[in-house]
Amino acid sequence: MSKKADVIERKDVVIRFSGDSGDGMQLTGTLFSDTSAFIGNDLSTFPDYPSEIRAPQGTIGGVSGFQVHVGQTQIKTPGDYADILVAMNPAALKATAKWVKEGGTIILDEDSFDEKGLKKAGYKTDNPILEDKLDRFNIIQAPISSLTKEALKDTGLDPKSILRSKNMFALGMVYWIFNRPLNYTESFFERKFKKKPLVIEANKIVLHAGYNYAETMEHTTPSYKVSPADIEKGTYRNISGNTATAWGFIAAAEKANLELFCGSYPITPATEILQELSARKDMGVKTFQAEDEIAGICTSIGASFAGDLAVTTTSGPGLALKGEAIGLAVMTELPLVIVDVQRGGPSTGLPTKPEQSDLMQALYGRNGESPVVVIAASTPSNCFHYAFQAAKIAVEHMTPVILLTDGFLANGSEPWKVPSMADYPEIKAPIVPEGTKDWNPYARDVERLARTWAVPGTKGLEHRIGGLEKDELKGSVSHDPMNHQRMTEIREGKVQRVSNFIPELEVEGDEKGDLLVVGWGGTYGHLATAVNELREKGQSVSLAHFNYIKPLPKNVKEVFANYKKIVVCENNLGQFADYLRMTNPEFKYLQYNKVQGLPFTIIELKEHFTKLLEE
Amino acid sequence: MSDIQNNLTAKDFKSDQEVRWCPGCGDHAIMNAIQKALPELGYKKEKFAFISGIGCSSRFPYYMDTYGFHSIHGRASAIASGVKVANPKLSVWQITGDGDAMAIGGNHFIHAIRRNIDINIILFNNEIYGLTKGQYSPTSKFGSVTKTSPYGTVEHPFHPGELVIGAQGKFFARSIDGNLKLSQEIFEKAAKHDGASVVEVLQNCVIYNDKTHAAISDREHREDRTIILRHGEPMIFGKNKDKGLVLDGEHLKLKVVELGNEYTEKDLLVHNSEEVNPGLHLMLANMSYPEYPVAFGVIRNVKAETYDKAVYKQVEDVKEKSSFKCMDDLLRSGTTWEV
Repeated sequence: MSKKADVIERKDVVIRFSGDSGDGMQLTGTLFSDTSAFIGNDLSTFPDYPSEIRAPQGTIGGVSGFQVHVGQTQIKTPGDYADILVAMNPAALKATAKWVKEGGTIILDEDSFDEKGLKKAGYKTDNPILEDKLDRFNIIQAPISSLTKEALKDTGLDPKSILRSKNMFALGMVYWIFNRPLNYTESFFERKFKKKPLVIEANKIVLHAGYNYAETMEHTTPSYKVSPADIEKGTYRNISGNTATAWGFIAAAEKANLELFCGSYPITPATEILQELSARKDMGVKTFQAEDEIAGICTSIGASFAGDLAVTTTSGPGLALKGEAIGLAVMTELPLVIVDVQRGGPSTGLPTKPEQSDLMQALYGRNGESPVVVIAASTPSNCFHYAFQAAKIAVEHMTPVILLTDGFLANGSEPWKVPSMADYPEIKAPIVPEGTKDWNPYARDVERLARTWAVPGTKGLEHRIGGLEKDELKGSVSHDPMNHQRMTEIREGKVQRVSNFIPELEVEGDEKGDLLVVGWGGTYGHLATAVNELREKGQSVSLAHFNYIKPLPKNVKEVFANYKKIVVCENNLGQFADYLRMTNPEFKYLQYNKVQGLPFTIIELKEHFTKLLEE
Repeated sequence: MSDIQNNLTAKDFKSDQEVRWCPGCGDHAIMNAIQKALPELGYKKEKFAFISGIGCSSRFPYYMDTYGFHSIHGRASAIASGVKVANPKLSVWQITGDGDAMAIGGNHFIHAIRRNIDINIILFNNEIYGLTKGQYSPTSKFGSVTKTSPYGTVEHPFHPGELVIGAQGKFFARSIDGNLKLSQEIFEKAAKHDGASVVEVLQNCVIYNDKTHAAISDREHREDRTIILRHGEPMIFGKNKDKGLVLDGEHLKLKVVELGNEYTEKDLLVHNSEEVNPGLHLMLANMSYPEYPVAFGVIRNVKAETYDKAVYKQVEDVKEKSSFKCMDDLLRSGTTWEV
């Protein structure tokens, strides 16, 4: 298949697949991402789907999208605007045309643009191109549905299955545009439909039909070349944030020589962690799908008491339900990791959209003085590292740890250089050996203030713990006023001492300057890209991105003092900014906040930072 | 459980903590019965874990010299489930009350039973909230006058046995605080039953609900108003062993009969606690005075696979077929590529 058309060389390209939630856009996007990764591009993906599983067909509410950003440089975000949009129906066009770059290309399935389809999408005329002024884009109208039917008419496949494979026609077209090989996707069909040779064959036929169609249409279709990225040598794989989180815990269990237990209740967008751990019985993982969020954490607390590495996974509403039990883990000083994959709130909010608005809940959302360690992952792949760290801190410091990720990290994916477990540290669980004399449940090590862990079944260490205030040493019930004061301070002090065991805050960019951009968690990719692009233009701007929230790294004041202005950027109304005002009140914090259920765009960040630098 | 120890006594299970239940509280007797039952099981002391929620009865673990966890209101079933799944070698006991298990913890209670996790749930039923000083509970009799129902309750109580059997419970027994010997016997059977065992112990709260069970427990009437069921024995009761239970086939319900000319012992139902069909067990569990005698003893005791065993079996089966030996194998599984 030779290519005659002009080839546009690009450092990076953003493509968005958009269609009805039943059109298979997530799979289409994933297959394109995997093929791109396979040929050596760096990439970042972002699935954007409705909270309804099957919203009314053909409506805006039912539009499901998958955006992927591929490039030959380091790619840290799924991109703001798409170079190419594939819109499988009028609703997809209506909902997502605004996310296409000026002069970008839109591929439409023209068969779906009938009267009924246009009406459902909310178009008032029969010409959506003119109606929404889309003629500034390069529009390719392809009869995707009818060509799919035509290609498969002799296969004997039923009409429903035939139509269902139209997404592969679109994928075939996109493969031609980006000059991608088809073999990776073909071998996926062979694995996925092992027992259905007819389906394998049909998908291959449609994929090729789409590819050949685009080639034939070359006079209207742009062709892009994105060369392999210049990235560190090694073995790579694609990984999503939720899978990385699950794997981080399995890795931690191995390094701690403990069995892994996860008690949890399904909740968007955290569910895949429970699903992945449930599939990992081959790694010895025990999962407990509980009757509710409270039972999710309580089974984990029970498992922790009994000597397992225990984790529970949830999203904002679930964290609220778990609050009382987190307090119990604080009081009983048991190791436990609580993952909160944040989503738009309050209440049910925006279940499938990312937000960073659970920070205060994580820090303070419990009765009493109830300190826990709070850390946040900042890229899909580093969810592995921070899940591992969360487990390490929980076990070695005998404390609950809340790990914050968000829907953006959880569902996003990127190529990841596979680590070697030999490079990860041991996790030393403070388990009390049998035969220990004069042991006290609440005696502590001086460095960490962590108590020790006597596992039921160990002879001679029988003891009782519980939610009532504990005697400072014996752990028995104590109502002594001074004991309560001391214990309250010890629990806080224990969490603060974790700062002696975490890395210092590092700045990307100059150590001194005009503007310090401060962020935390899932906004890293956007903030780093915006800061880097401004720096390339000579601006004095740096980034301090936090993964450790409570306790903060020890050098925060040192770092902050070196900049004229500090702007804290978050997908909430300023929770981290307020936390910094409380913990480091000597600085002035400007804010940039976005709460739309959408990540920042690089463009808006750069505009805002430029304005701050000019003021 | 392979770890056998035969030289323990009730005293070995008493902790150094002062027991703070009210004088005359039924909890004292129940604890004595449990402390007597434990040595008979032959397990090592360190194998016992007592998990409780919140309420008067939930202070129980503090008084036992075993592993213990006094948790939060209603959640003991969930915590005990986690303990058992994490370490199935333990003998896990949940101590709970009618408020803790049937109200705030109702959801966890029924699901622990449905899953058939091998925990022994001892439900102290005094039909009142004691620790908060006298409000009605989900088992208070209809019309009960309490601090939150000064004009009488207008809600119908749960019958724990009905709830347990409705949740597919495989073991349900009932005792009463005053009958130490029966309680001890039942606790031993509950412990030996593989799976979730629920023992409802009718318990008297001397302060807020005194004599709530008096109609069936006073010395003069108790033998005529209760029946002790034992597997394989005819359902006979009464001070003079002159009454029994038969099945009224026409109305599909139980009937109390006098032994004499019309009925002899041979006509009476023989208790089969191992019958899988729960129909008769449900009728027995639901018998209430004055129409029927209240049933004590092990009402239902049916074998079935336990959740905790199934979890480990599945893990072992999957592991055996897997090529993963360590984390590095998982990390390099599936599609990877070299740069």
